[in-house]
Amino acid sequence: MQELDTVGQGSVRVTRKSDKLVIVEKDLATEQMVLAMGPQHPSTHGVLKLECLTDGEVITEAVPCLGYLHRCFEKCCENVDYPAIVPYTDRLDYLSAMNSEFAYAMAVEKLLDIEIPRRVEFIRVLVSELNRIASHLVAIGTYGIDLGAFTPFLFCFRDREIILGLLEWASGARMLYNYIWIGGLAYDVPADFLKRVREFVNYFRPKTVELNNLLTSNEIFLKRTHGIGIMPPEVAINYGWSGPMLRGSGVKWDLRRNDPYSIYPELDFKVAVPDGKNSVIGDCLSRHLVRAIEMEESLKIIEQCIDKMPSSEGFNSRSAIPKRIRPKAGEVYSRAENPRGELGFYIESDGKSTKPVRCKARSSCFVNLSAMKDLSKGQLIPDLVAIIGSIDIVLGEVDR
Amino acid sequence: MEEGKAVSQSVQQSAAAYSMIQEQFGSALSPLDANETMPFFEVVETARWVEIAHFMRDHAKLKFNYLACLTGVDYPAEEKVGIICNFESLALLGHKLAVKLKCQRHGGSLPSISCLWHTANWHEREVFDLFGITFAGHPEMRRILCPDDWEGSPLLKDYKVQQSYRGIKVPY
Amino acid sequence: MSTTALTQFSIPLLMGNSLNAWSEALVGFNLLGLPLGLVILAAIPLVFIALYSLTYGVYGERKISAFMQDRLGPMEVGKWGLLQTIADILKLIQKEDILPTSADRFLFVIGPGILFVGSFMAYAVLPFSPAFIGASLNVGLYYAIGIVAIEVVGILAAGWGSNNKWSLYGAVRSVAQIVSYEIPASLALLCGAMMAGTLDMQQINLLQSGSYGFAHFYLFHSPIAWLPFLIYFIASLAEVNRAPFDIPEAESELVAGYFTEYSGMKFAVIFLAEYGSMFMVSSIISVVFLGGWNSPLPNLGSFALNTWTNGPVWGAFWLIMKGFFFIFVQMWLRWTLPRLRVDQLMYLCWKVLTPFAFVSFVLTAIWEIYVP
Repeated sequence: MQELDTVGQGSVRVTRKSDKLVIVEKDLATEQMVLAMGPQHPSTHGVLKLECLTDGEVITEAVPCLGYLHRCFEKCCENVDYPAIVPYTDRLDYLSAMNSEFAYAMAVEKLLDIEIPRRVEFIRVLVSELNRIASHLVAIGTYGIDLGAFTPFLFCFRDREIILGLLEWASGARMLYNYIWIGGLAYDVPADFLKRVREFVNYFRPKTVELNNLLTSNEIFLKRTHGIGIMPPEVAINYGWSGPMLRGSGVKWDLRRNDPYSIYPELDFKVAVPDGKNSVIGDCLSRHLVRAIEMEESLKIIEQCIDKMPSSEGFNSRSAIPKRIRPKAGEVYSRAENPRGELGFYIESDGKSTKPVRCKARSSCFVNLSAMKDLSKGQLIPDLVAIIGSIDIVLGEVDR
Repeated sequence: MEEGKAVSQSVQQSAAAYSMIQEQFGSALSPLDANETMPFFEVVETARWVEIAHFMRDHAKLKFNYLACLTGVDYPAEEKVGIICNFESLALLGHKLAVKLKCQRHGGSLPSISCLWHTANWHEREVFDLFGITFAGHPEMRRILCPDDWEGSPLLKDYKVQQSYRGIKVPY
Repeated sequence: MSTTALTQFSIPLLMGNSLNAWSEALVGFNLLGLPLGLVILAAIPLVFIALYSLTYGVYGERKISAFMQDRLGPMEVGKWGLLQTIADILKLIQKEDILPTSADRFLFVIGPGILFVGSFMAYAVLPFSPAFIGASLNVGLYYAIGIVAIEVVGILAAGWGSNNKWSLYGAVRSVAQIVSYEIPASLALLCGAMMAGTLDMQQINLLQSGSYGFAHFYLFHSPIAWLPFLIYFIASLAEVNRAPFDIPEAESELVAGYFTEYSGMKFAVIFLAEYGSMFMVSSIISVVFLGGWNSPLPNLGSFALNTWTNGPVWGAFWLIMKGFFFIFVQMWLRWTLPRLRVDQLMYLCWKVLTPFAFVSFVLTAIWEIYVP
């Protein structure tokens, strides 16, 4: 061996022996592969694209590329009147449209400084908690699919269908309701609605147990989620996480409790945080468990709403709606606890126009997703899928 | 109304927090606008913004560990664009405060706080994308929602959409 | 011993009752000097695969999964959606046969072919009934284990030839998985072979005949026979890429794995191959451990259930039913369990199944030597 020189990417070392190249050593330094996960991929939950740099199955870096569903929500808002923004907010997080409407209506009401009839508040909380259950059902069901379990998904959708039916009965639409208006509601709930909701609650309680037996206590499911994608609480706060994601990291923070709005202070419910017995705090399993517990808590809230609901006598759901919505000059940042976290609306009014000067939606999915780069480092591709699933993004809200 | 009372209490908290920052940085800040809906102050000396932000995050009595929102706003009348940051001391002290910063309308630049709050990274990219404000010190200053080769800043009030994008007619 | 045992327990039917009577008669059938009988012999498993995957494989799985998931499944085409599979086939036939520009044409085309040939060739040694076997090899079991492994080549060709990163991942995962799981699977089958003392599939079946029906099956032959049975069943799931080991085609991770780029009839052929090997592993496990074409019913005094339900036609019925039962279990697992991760899959293979397979191998050997 007289001389050694390197050929290719430093992977093969060769030496010359009487004019022949002899391979001395192969240390197989492989090239990294760029893998475009999405925008058409079954488990990116829509049109998210992840540009992954992979070394075999290990991801060295995953960069999310957004914008495939960007519909200029904020630009649209600057060009329409305040009430006309409500349908646009539906289309942000289309799985929990009621909650988005609620957050937006609250923001404008703060700016207008108007008082809302109590029954309206109760109905708002009732429908948005129903919608929260529907949204968590999708989150849990699709999480099952991400991990290869198909059946929980269909069980979830079967039950979600009942909620969608109830909300359709109230609002006339299945997913994008335009039901919660600024200062009121589009309609009062139909007669017997509360009875049917109670029936649903009674029907759904055992189903959550069934779902947990099927998915959450499954050994393979636990193996796939336990200790995967751990996010420490301080980093989670620094990343601006909110909702089930933050609670999954062990921070007991729920806007319904910590920054109370509407009638939530009057209601009794528990803020779901993982106890660290079954899961590592901050991992995918914790986030899943938080959602599972939250569904049960929402059921409690719904029951209390039904019990405490003021009577519909002489009630007009539109009585508090101002004739012309023109807030005084000022700005507001108002937020609400959505199924996916804190949905905030920054609205600026100039006091002259019936259109907002600026209306920004602070989307929880957008913020939660921004931690993807850190979370995915060094994970396997199947774990990346598990992590995306546990973040539970809705691309409509990420891209706006 | 109970809610009104709660809000005014939070405004008091914000004012207390503001006075501490004011003590430290004095004329770099404008006086507090203690309105009910969103108490805020403006950072006049934008060059000192990272320093102020660092103080806000780490001071034992401020602890603004949570950047809830970072909004870009256009002020065509003043020929300026700006950002609004909504801070909160999450799960620690509980107070909230908003900060405004402004810079010139075209080619303006502000210091980036993405080194202090990870969440600011994407928010600042979004503001860069939609308002054209560059953030000095940001690790990855490129568009996030619009395609990389899009023209203009869509959320400026006088934005005119480009005629065609890669051979596709844009206005319809 | 073989022929006498058979005549004793089977009702004479059609072509007499000696072992392999039907297949030998077919081999002898030369019309105009052409070996037409051999062609028919080869065509029978093919027709069987096609028919079974259409009815039980596709329609059955849809309905079974639907009932497990609290829904109805296909209901629109025909009564109870019975014609749904026909409609699907029509659709697949009409579909354009897409060949991606950047694909390796040769490998891309040949991949599904190899895949199907691999699973189909194993049927040569499958004793459908006492009177019918494609090729009565004396190393039948060995051949069956070996030939199924050819699928790996087809999968690799399909995955590599597609020139798609997801396909490549699927192919590489699949090769690693199938090659690894061959070991516990083969070891488990060897336990069966040891109990029988032969590798001839017909002989293995024959040795499990008896008037007590299921009591003669090798599953109940020794107190540890359930272990190789279980190991082989788990390993066979991995070998045919069924959930929870469907990692090579994990739709939520790898889109569709090695067959992402396939469409039309090529796609159908891949599916056919998958259904073919599903039945193949299910029937191997029923031949080796559950008596193959032997009736599980015992003779109860004057109710000679076992005698009544044995015979060439009954044999075919039992084998297919046993195979279908295991396919049902495969479906059941598929619609219940999430998917394992690649490293967990390998862990299961090398650190759990393989040691236990060795243990069961040694224990079976000891049992065979020292227990009469």
